[in-house]
Amino acid sequence: MSQVNYLNHDKSLKSWLFTLDHKRIGIMYLVAVSLSFLAGGILALLVRTELLGPGETIMSADAYNQSFTLHAVLMIFAFIIPAIPAVMGNFVLPIQLGAKDVAFPRLNLASFYIYLAGAAIALTALVVGRVDGGWTFYTPYSTSVGDGILFITAGVFVMGFSSILTGLNFIVTIHKMRAPGLTWNRLPLFIWSIYATSIVQVLATPVIGITMVLLFLERLLGIGIFDPALGGDPVLFQHFFWFYSHPAVYIMILPAFGIISDLMGTFSRQQVSGYKFVALSSVAIAFLGFLVWGHHMFVSGQSAVSSIIFSLITYLIGIPTGVKVINWVQTMYKGSVWLQTPMLYALMFLFTFSIGGFTGVMLGVLAVDVHLHDTYFVVAHFHYVMMGGNVIAALGGLHYWWPKMTGKMFNETLGRIAAVLVFIGFNVTFFPQFILGTRGMPRRYYDYLPEFTDLHVLSSLGSYILGVGLFLILGYLLHSLFRGKNAPANPWGALTLEWTHTTTPPDPHNFHETPIVTRGAYDYHLAPELFGGDGASGDGHGEEAEVSVPSGQATS
Amino acid sequence: MGENGFWLPEASTALAGEVDTLFWFVFWVSTAIFAAVIAAKLYFVFKYRRRSEQDVPTPVHESKVLEAVWIVVPTILVLIVFTWGFDLFVQLSSAPPDSYEITVRGKQWAWEYEYAEGVQTAGDLYVPVGQPVKLNMSSVDVLHSFFVPEFRIKQDVLPNRYTSVWFKAENVGEYTIYCTEYCGTAHSGMLGKVVVVSEEDFAAWLQKQNEGLPPAELGQQVYNTQCAVCHAIDGSRKIGPPLNVFYGTERVFTDGTSATADDSYVRNSILNPASQVVEGYPPAMPPFSALSAQQVDGLVAYIKTLE
Repeated sequence: MSQVNYLNHDKSLKSWLFTLDHKRIGIMYLVAVSLSFLAGGILALLVRTELLGPGETIMSADAYNQSFTLHAVLMIFAFIIPAIPAVMGNFVLPIQLGAKDVAFPRLNLASFYIYLAGAAIALTALVVGRVDGGWTFYTPYSTSVGDGILFITAGVFVMGFSSILTGLNFIVTIHKMRAPGLTWNRLPLFIWSIYATSIVQVLATPVIGITMVLLFLERLLGIGIFDPALGGDPVLFQHFFWFYSHPAVYIMILPAFGIISDLMGTFSRQQVSGYKFVALSSVAIAFLGFLVWGHHMFVSGQSAVSSIIFSLITYLIGIPTGVKVINWVQTMYKGSVWLQTPMLYALMFLFTFSIGGFTGVMLGVLAVDVHLHDTYFVVAHFHYVMMGGNVIAALGGLHYWWPKMTGKMFNETLGRIAAVLVFIGFNVTFFPQFILGTRGMPRRYYDYLPEFTDLHVLSSLGSYILGVGLFLILGYLLHSLFRGKNAPANPWGALTLEWTHTTTPPDPHNFHETPIVTRGAYDYHLAPELFGGDGASGDGHGEEAEVSVPSGQATS
Repeated sequence: MGENGFWLPEASTALAGEVDTLFWFVFWVSTAIFAAVIAAKLYFVFKYRRRSEQDVPTPVHESKVLEAVWIVVPTILVLIVFTWGFDLFVQLSSAPPDSYEITVRGKQWAWEYEYAEGVQTAGDLYVPVGQPVKLNMSSVDVLHSFFVPEFRIKQDVLPNRYTSVWFKAENVGEYTIYCTEYCGTAHSGMLGKVVVVSEEDFAAWLQKQNEGLPPAELGQQVYNTQCAVCHAIDGSRKIGPPLNVFYGTERVFTDGTSATADDSYVRNSILNPASQVVEGYPPAMPPFSALSAQQVDGLVAYIKTLE
């Protein structure tokens, strides 16, 4: 690679730490969230190993309770929430818009360091005091075991600012920096979904901050807000918590919808079915998502009338989500379906996310939820949504944009093997948990009755298969950095600007001249000669492909 | 509509059976739609697989009718399911006026019960068969949740207000009670049993509770239901120290002091455990001040019998 790109134009450490380049910030986020995912994943394997048998297997009850709590806190606040927006949003969004960078590059770098500071504060909690009770931190238990809760909520609060600033940055960028001709109806659906996500980030995240301030006031000044001993109400904490954390579920899943839309369109060479519906329903879901928090609290002591209203709105939000799944399937109709690794993840997503969705409908049924609430059924449901939805989509997106980010192709054969391992491992891990739950096994249990042993063992075995698959991915991706074939500009034959109008890896300034957009993001039928893009086409793992400069651009 | 056994435990109240019918309705409708979606997906992947790099897909004219079907049909289905679930939820929330009422207290990490007849017990909840039973519940410390899978009932138990559940057991038998709101170290040990007995047996059981047992037997009963989660009697270490080896020995505490384990020491350890924490153990034990004087005396007597 002789030509100048964003990776090789300055290799000093300082040029990375102080970079204002959205692409480099995206890569730094990728490293940070991957480390969080690795740590959270190792904790998950420890938790599953402890559950291989009833009673003590490898750790004490207190160690187990803190392990599952830390697993959840790391995975949710340090990994899933920032993963897609901060990594792929940062890297891809400005290029897909035809912009040179995000609207506020300095703010963007600040967001990254605020995220790191938040993570550091949260980790201090482990040193100063114990934190257990799960990521929901229900009072009064969570505040009864020490001050750890204050540090961890302070960490979440600070990471929240990173989330707010990133969201703000993206909203402005999408409104003001689209290339000429890139109208709202031509935007890639990934942009639409990041737009909806950003709205939720900006509006919902302050609530967790307020909750934290109230917790501080209670502990430091003795003002009774949540602690019944001081005249407070623990159910109020649950309302505050879910007022943030339910919208946060959409911060986690909406970006995944965006990636899946892009993948289905690209690898089917077809206009994404119901484009306008998919785009606008993301925004609608973002707003409706603020009105369903009470469905986490059907048996917590809130009024029956509230429960009934929350149940009804929950269904309203479920329908557009279900229609999206049908749209993605329809996109393949009369298309040209190319089963490369990223597409395997998109197809996997349709399977796992649908199970997550249908079991969500079951949990929304008031009378049925009474039985299933706080059992393993819920654990299985949200792993099918969060991991089967967000993480599978993130893996698809990572494989899709990996050549663009690094300039290297990964090994396609290993990619497919790993995808199959992840699919099998994931389902063997989490499907038995549905059965455990319907049979009555409660969540957050260190010990369990002997009748649940077989399904727990099966689930643990699945988690090891899943672990092998994920480590295999880590292995071949790292290997590709050093030994991978050079990637062509457009290995997948996609039509969005990051593939058609810039080099691989992209130029430090993204484009030599501002692209002019004349068609929609998925208008494959309009310009058949554009299949394969303006760059070199092909599957990218045959012979060594030359990195070509897009046609019509200066080669100086 | 479905087989209980693999997915769901036995349904032991009439209402649990109705909840199951709804469960199976949602289950089978969901499974059918899911299967159709996945079948369509696999068919499209096969039928429209890429055959060459030059494939030119046909543009598809989107059908507005089809789009409307995707929206209208699921909306009707979920409204049916919502209304059905709503109706059963109201029934689950409304105890019949002639219910037999029992006071339930959750604490770290045991369940305690108080009957109108003046009987106080813990662990096992004795109830008569065929009679609606309403539990008025509260917590003495953190949140707990009262869950009996076979009855399909669950309700959080709060420290600052009363909540209630009700059930009418159809059959004599024993059913596990779980705590389903995380409550600390021994959360997973906070189990109990609903023991459903005939009306006559229930009356006899109440009678016997009032008569009282010999102290050591009463103590053993209290031990089994309240202490066994954290204390072994075979010399092994659980969350707290074992109870069979210390009576009469010298105990060293975390604050450096020590004392001989006599009756007063045992009593103090039950009622005010934080004042003398044995070295090497966490200060995890809450005060068991809800025990009656007889129960405390019984425990002291029981511990003295252990070897």
